[in-house]
Amino acid sequence: MKLFRTISLGLLASALAIGSAAAQDKTIKIATEGAYAPWNFTGAGGKLEGFEIDLAADLCARVKVKCEMVAQDWDGIIPALNAKKYDAIMAGMNITDKRLEVVAFTRPYASGMHGFATMKNSPLAKLAGTGERVNLDKDPQAAEKTIEAWKPLLKGKTVGTQGSTVNSQFLEKYLKDVVTIREYKTTEQHDLDLAAGRVDAIYAAHSSLQATLDQPEFKDMTIAGAGVSGGVLGRGVAVAVRKDDTELKGKFDAAIQSAIADGTIAKLTQKWFKVDMTPQG
Amino acid sequence: MDFGFMWDTFLQLLSGIPLTLNLSFTSVAFGAVLAMVLALMRMSGIRALDGFARAYVFVFRGTPLLVQIFLIYYGLGQFRPTLQEWGLWVFFREPYWCAILALTLNTGAYASEIIRGGLQSVPHQQVEAAKACGMSGFLLFRRIVFPIAVRQALPAYGSEIILMVKATSLASIITMMEVTGLAAKIISQTFRAVEVFIVAGLIYLILNFAITRIIMAFEWWLSPHLRRPSTVEPRLEAAHV
Amino acid sequence: MQQLSYFELIGFGPKGWGLALLTATGMTLAVALCGFLAGSVVGTFVAWAKLSRNLAARTLGDGYTTVLRGIPDLLVIYLFYFGGSAALGAIGSLFGADGFIGVPAFVTGALAIGIVSGAYQAEVFRGAYQILNRGELEAARSVGMHRWLIFRRIIAPQVLRYAIPGLGNTWQLVLKESALISVTGLVELLRQSHIAAGSTRRPFDFYITAAVLYLVITWFSTYLFQRAETHSMRGIRRAS
Repeated sequence: MKLFRTISLGLLASALAIGSAAAQDKTIKIATEGAYAPWNFTGAGGKLEGFEIDLAADLCARVKVKCEMVAQDWDGIIPALNAKKYDAIMAGMNITDKRLEVVAFTRPYASGMHGFATMKNSPLAKLAGTGERVNLDKDPQAAEKTIEAWKPLLKGKTVGTQGSTVNSQFLEKYLKDVVTIREYKTTEQHDLDLAAGRVDAIYAAHSSLQATLDQPEFKDMTIAGAGVSGGVLGRGVAVAVRKDDTELKGKFDAAIQSAIADGTIAKLTQKWFKVDMTPQG
Repeated sequence: MDFGFMWDTFLQLLSGIPLTLNLSFTSVAFGAVLAMVLALMRMSGIRALDGFARAYVFVFRGTPLLVQIFLIYYGLGQFRPTLQEWGLWVFFREPYWCAILALTLNTGAYASEIIRGGLQSVPHQQVEAAKACGMSGFLLFRRIVFPIAVRQALPAYGSEIILMVKATSLASIITMMEVTGLAAKIISQTFRAVEVFIVAGLIYLILNFAITRIIMAFEWWLSPHLRRPSTVEPRLEAAHV
Repeated sequence: MQQLSYFELIGFGPKGWGLALLTATGMTLAVALCGFLAGSVVGTFVAWAKLSRNLAARTLGDGYTTVLRGIPDLLVIYLFYFGGSAALGAIGSLFGADGFIGVPAFVTGALAIGIVSGAYQAEVFRGAYQILNRGELEAARSVGMHRWLIFRRIIAPQVLRYAIPGLGNTWQLVLKESALISVTGLVELLRQSHIAAGSTRRPFDFYITAAVLYLVITWFSTYLFQRAETHSMRGIRRAS
């Protein structure tokens, strides 16, 4: 029975594949989303590129380990870390209290603003505070006043955002009763829907919005309203590791510390974001 | 396993059921009409119509539903100016209608084969007898062909309805908050994937069980001639006591 | 920056995604094929359980198909993806592994497809087994063949023959199911199109290409299954 032999050989081979994967686990696997330009995205031909891909290579060289980047849907990126699909996440993920309940974070390696973007001809383009910055931790009153000022314009509009992010949490907390929130799997999808007119505005990290603006198809899009940080928006972007993986956390902490100190982070953020996004303090 | 958490999740997911059922039944209803048209095209004997229906069924059965959904939702979004000109954008703007359209086109292809099978299973003697009585055209179809065909096709159509209920879970990918969409949202807040998905699976299982029962009852009601006459069974219990 | 034409986009040039799409199509075929074979193994066992005279086995077999048919495949794949490796990790630590068992996305995907398609293949095998001529089984037993030999010489070849049309349908199902594996991060055809659509913001061009590639595979495999059916039915007399 040739067929039978083929099947049993196939099963044996896959069993061996599992076994060998278990044996050689010295490579550190880092998950990223691959759909969040310029943090991490997939370039022509399907290669992972972006700020975090460069940074991971630099950090791993400092720690002297071999690293492998894998793409993973944002939706399940934290559960899959805890299910041991990989060892760390570098995917533009902000430190928040909610996430700290299930994973551990290193010290932040970048920080930035979050805000709205809309089409230039939309009434929402006139949202207050464009170009300004407010921080929910340092100056909560000013921040909440800014948000309050947005409400009349936003009333009844539909806003797209990526699900299970600090951005969706921000909308849920401050604007839930004012706008209809539509959650997307990736930022690329809500960009498409903003251009298609299915949503009136999108809410995302300024860094990611800026990258979209630079594309010819999105020349009519604009960032609107003040940039917000802190509070539910988190305390900077960091590497997430499993809670019990203190060894890896320690290594990455030290590596990030030295990458900040010698200006590598400043150089890489300049390269990818055109501004210095080195975390303060 | 944390059963308290699972119970909370269950209660939260219940609010997604109306949308799941709405998507399923709306698309099954539209799909049935489409399927009927396609089946009649296949059996029309006109080559162009037959060829079109064949090609349609091949394309929609040969590609994953997920690809069809993406194509309709994000793909057609690329042509917004044209669609706006034609006044169709109001329709394509809404994820709900895009989901309904994708599901309808999909089930139409599968169901047309089921209906065709049903129509072909109508015994020709019955048709001839009806013709001998002077029936023809729509009356023949309405009184003889259609009722018999429906009876034949119902079990297969029942499975198709179940498949559609399952297929609505894909609508979560285009922002619809039905049961699977809500499950994904709860996971994003709690990061507990396995428990939430188990509960969501359970909800689908219960839904489909209930629908299967309803279809079975319907089948029973439609085929009185196959039921055994309700004679009074001799009761044995009395003898035992 | 000028917009690329469709053929530049899916071509093999520096800005083209042609090679990536072809590789991904290969991945789709590979994962679907492995999943289908895994499903055959699962399906055989489940069919055997459902046909068994043992009540417990029968209940288990029936339960398996009922559950798998009632739950959306997307959920089964998610469950298997998140739950599967946790379970494997637990088993692994029993055997002294350090708790980390990295299952490649490919294996998870193929096994998930196997579990789903196993339920459908079980029904196909069961149906085919019931067509078997009882007399042949009795004859085999009376010449002293033992159970495994009967399975190998009498049951398996004939069941396979009758199952070919049903297996053809299941294969198409598996092929389409493989698109759902994209959610676990395996870069197969749909995921690659998805990535390309996101990266270039040209969703229509890529999804339509993916649809065409799926159709080509479907068309070609339908042809192969028809050939196999004709081949297996040679030597069988049919009333015409």
